[in-house]
Amino acid sequence: MSSTLTDLSMLELGAKLAAREVSSVEATRASLARIAQVDPKVRAFLRVDEAGALKAAEASDARRQAGSPLSALDGVPVGLKDIFLTEGLETTCGSRLLEGFVPPYDATVVRLLKEAGLPLLGKLNMDEFAMGSSNESSAYFPTHNPWDLTRTPGGSSGGSAAAVAAREVFGALGTDTGGSIRQPAGFTNTVGLKPTYGRVSRYGVIAYASSLDQPGPMARTVGDTAALFQLIARHDPLDSTSADVETPDCLTGLEDGVRGLRLGVPREYFSDGMDPEVAGTLRASLEELEKLGATLVDISLPHTKYALATYYLLASSEASSNLARYDGIRYGQRAKDARGLKELYTQTRGQGFGAEVKLRIMLGTYALSAGYYDAYYLRAQKVRTLIREDFTRAFGQVDAIVSPTSPVPAFKLGDKVGDPLSMYLMDVYTLPCNLAGLPGLSVPCGFTQGGLPVGMQLLGRPFDEARLLRIARAFEREHDFFRRAVPV
Amino acid sequence: MPLSDFQTVIGLEVHAQLLTQSKIFCGCSTAFGAEPNHHTCPVCLGMPGVLPVLNQRVVEYAVRAGLALGCSVKPTSVWSRKNYFYPDLPKGYQITQYDQPICEWGELVIDTPSGEKTVRVRRIHLEEDAGKSVHDASASAGQSLVDLNRAGVPLMEIVSEPDLRDADEAVEYLKALRDVLVYLGVNDGNLEEGSFRCDANVSVMPKGSTTYGQRCELKNLNSFRFLKQAIEYEAARQVDVLESGGKVQQETRLWDVNKGVTRSMRSKEDAHDYRYFPEPDLPPLRVSDALRDSQRQSLPELPRAKRTRFISEYGLPAYDARILTAERPLADFFEACAAHVSDAKKLSNWFLGELSRLLKEEGTPLSALRFTPAQLGELLATVEKGTVSANAAKDVLGEMFRTGRAPADIIAEKGLAQVSDVGAVEAVVDDILAKNAGEVEKYKAGKKSVYGFFVGQVMKAMKGKGNPGLVNELLKKKLGD
Repeated sequence: MSSTLTDLSMLELGAKLAAREVSSVEATRASLARIAQVDPKVRAFLRVDEAGALKAAEASDARRQAGSPLSALDGVPVGLKDIFLTEGLETTCGSRLLEGFVPPYDATVVRLLKEAGLPLLGKLNMDEFAMGSSNESSAYFPTHNPWDLTRTPGGSSGGSAAAVAAREVFGALGTDTGGSIRQPAGFTNTVGLKPTYGRVSRYGVIAYASSLDQPGPMARTVGDTAALFQLIARHDPLDSTSADVETPDCLTGLEDGVRGLRLGVPREYFSDGMDPEVAGTLRASLEELEKLGATLVDISLPHTKYALATYYLLASSEASSNLARYDGIRYGQRAKDARGLKELYTQTRGQGFGAEVKLRIMLGTYALSAGYYDAYYLRAQKVRTLIREDFTRAFGQVDAIVSPTSPVPAFKLGDKVGDPLSMYLMDVYTLPCNLAGLPGLSVPCGFTQGGLPVGMQLLGRPFDEARLLRIARAFEREHDFFRRAVPV
Repeated sequence: MPLSDFQTVIGLEVHAQLLTQSKIFCGCSTAFGAEPNHHTCPVCLGMPGVLPVLNQRVVEYAVRAGLALGCSVKPTSVWSRKNYFYPDLPKGYQITQYDQPICEWGELVIDTPSGEKTVRVRRIHLEEDAGKSVHDASASAGQSLVDLNRAGVPLMEIVSEPDLRDADEAVEYLKALRDVLVYLGVNDGNLEEGSFRCDANVSVMPKGSTTYGQRCELKNLNSFRFLKQAIEYEAARQVDVLESGGKVQQETRLWDVNKGVTRSMRSKEDAHDYRYFPEPDLPPLRVSDALRDSQRQSLPELPRAKRTRFISEYGLPAYDARILTAERPLADFFEACAAHVSDAKKLSNWFLGELSRLLKEEGTPLSALRFTPAQLGELLATVEKGTVSANAAKDVLGEMFRTGRAPADIIAEKGLAQVSDVGAVEAVVDDILAKNAGEVEKYKAGKKSVYGFFVGQVMKAMKGKGNPGLVNELLKKKLGD
């Protein structure tokens, strides 16, 4: 029973719960059983909260009995990237430094999920402080790609993507700073949406780079992604960068298709570095979109080549400041034998942070230093404006932009460890969208001959998530890639 | 060159805590004196995931102060992060305003021995306060404690141009600035509790020079006296350095209260690189025209204008006017009383004398006074008419102060009314002169010093209630003067 139940999409399960064909406790037990079965291989979970999830499921069933479910997804169990603060449940952000940290409050998005009645199965693995593209910089262990256990599920929301793909959870939340939702979604045959900056509250989400971070939904289908997105897209007075815009209705009109839409294909995104199989799959997908009635428009985003450098300067600068609070004074791990203040700082941070985090803190500290600020940080901000203007110009011509999510399919674990630059290139298509604050989505668009998923990325105008979901759904309807059985 | 050949140059950076109920980026209380870490929440503790939300009242207060100091209020200013590690700085950075502050280029007029002087205010910016490290002897050996009640308390930093030329001017500027802020209701002016504190940038240059010397920054001067002492010491120290052929090093120095010297805290070489950059968690701060206009319209009359008006409108000496206008409640109460009296100078004497003595001795704030301005006016009129003596009136005021009862009732109850009835006084005078015929003889023989004896006897017989004017008049008449 458990295998078929966990294969359901969130909306399918929601419908069965509504029809009382199945209970939330049954669904949650099915998920827990699936986790017990496959997670020793996949290793997506840092922490399973069995008691908490079952308690929430029981409460959901009681509401259902009383005829007062809280939402269409009431009772559908989900997982959370360990970057989201959960009151009373350890939250480490994939770092040793925060080991044992039990937050005193819920992130706004966690509160919203609880208020909508979704049981939370636990906390999912991630690159330490969301820095990485393979989950290998997690301080605990790497997560494995359920489509090929020797490969990475991507990062930094790789735990979320792997858990969704492996049917351990029905959906999950991740965060995307430079592609951390879309790239792992592309690697795992799942759908990931990075909303418009400001659309989803960052309150209670551990900060990596504040001006780029954005939480978003990850699920197996476009419909599930839309449904989950609608639950968390709210104005939040606790986040001063939260946009005061209406919660979108992405489900009505989801099946409206792409006829008449103009889709931009950026020259710069189909570069030499792309894997031939990825390139081929994308070409075929573009032709299909054309057949479905969309018009493809050749466009240029001329500043794309500066995006990677700009991203790493700005993200590292903000990270160097955001991570300053981990000093061992008030929470988290503290160096045991430090004598004096300076030793306490250097030992706590020296022992607590991993290599990738240290690298970026140093890069950011350097870029912000007196004498280098103008040459690096300030210049990067100026280029960021140019990149944003590229998009604004493009959206004068087209309704959305289509590109690969990642230049290559999921790579082998260990392949790029020790070569940060080649790792950073994994995000080359995703990070311009973060610099511009735009919504971006990755939808499965096929498999390589070796059976590895390939993702297609859609970028949209600010607050135009509904249109991206509609395009993704039109494509998904033709393929049902999400029905394909995952080997694990 | 001797000290007198040098010119001291001073600029002040003043930190004023804004009088808001809650902190600048969260809802925690700003009340002073709570148990350590009681006024804290995840936001001001810098927990992971927290974000700042600006307290709008802070903006109103800064705009108010800026307008009162004649600054231009910028429609858009920017929050920045100032990064440094310290145990009492929970986030590892302070949110402050850096290259784009909320107010710029104002001025403050002060009095100097050579007349009025205009000191330029370069900028006013907003920031959050840090917490406090407590090196407590009662804690286990070698440990320090951190109290974060102050973390996130809103501060306004007001930076002057180096227009001040000696310690007295600096003190005068600091006092004038404090008066203005307290008048505006944006700061309580409390130096002891640290809600109004000051750093001084001090340099010296040869007289006549137009090039400033190397400056030193004197940190955390928390009284007017320390400010004066520290500047005077520091200027002399710098002159000594130059005289002995040395160079003044740019550094941050502390005023050692016990030794009466400044000493080095950190040099330019160890100066922090704060790695300022725009705060990504807060959008630029926008001040609407409506907010600025409403603050401008509600600005009160400021101390200096009030002082000038007190001199011209009430005919008061500058000294009286300054004291009466130093605090707004006092000035307001004076004006309320002045409406009920004919002679404002006499009223001022009561304010500067008996009333201020009572306020000080009883520790009563003006807001808790029990008697009304009309009652004080009535008391003064009673003295004027001679119904009570000035001495008796002091007793009456004391009673009014404590009970709020009407002066007429107090006078009646205590029998303090003077006897001004000619017949009654004349009878006593006649009686005293009759009983002391010998003394009268001496007086008439030229021993005028006896006169005081007669007055004393009459007053004694009348239990002090004889109208002194009338007693004198009748005595002199009867003695044939």
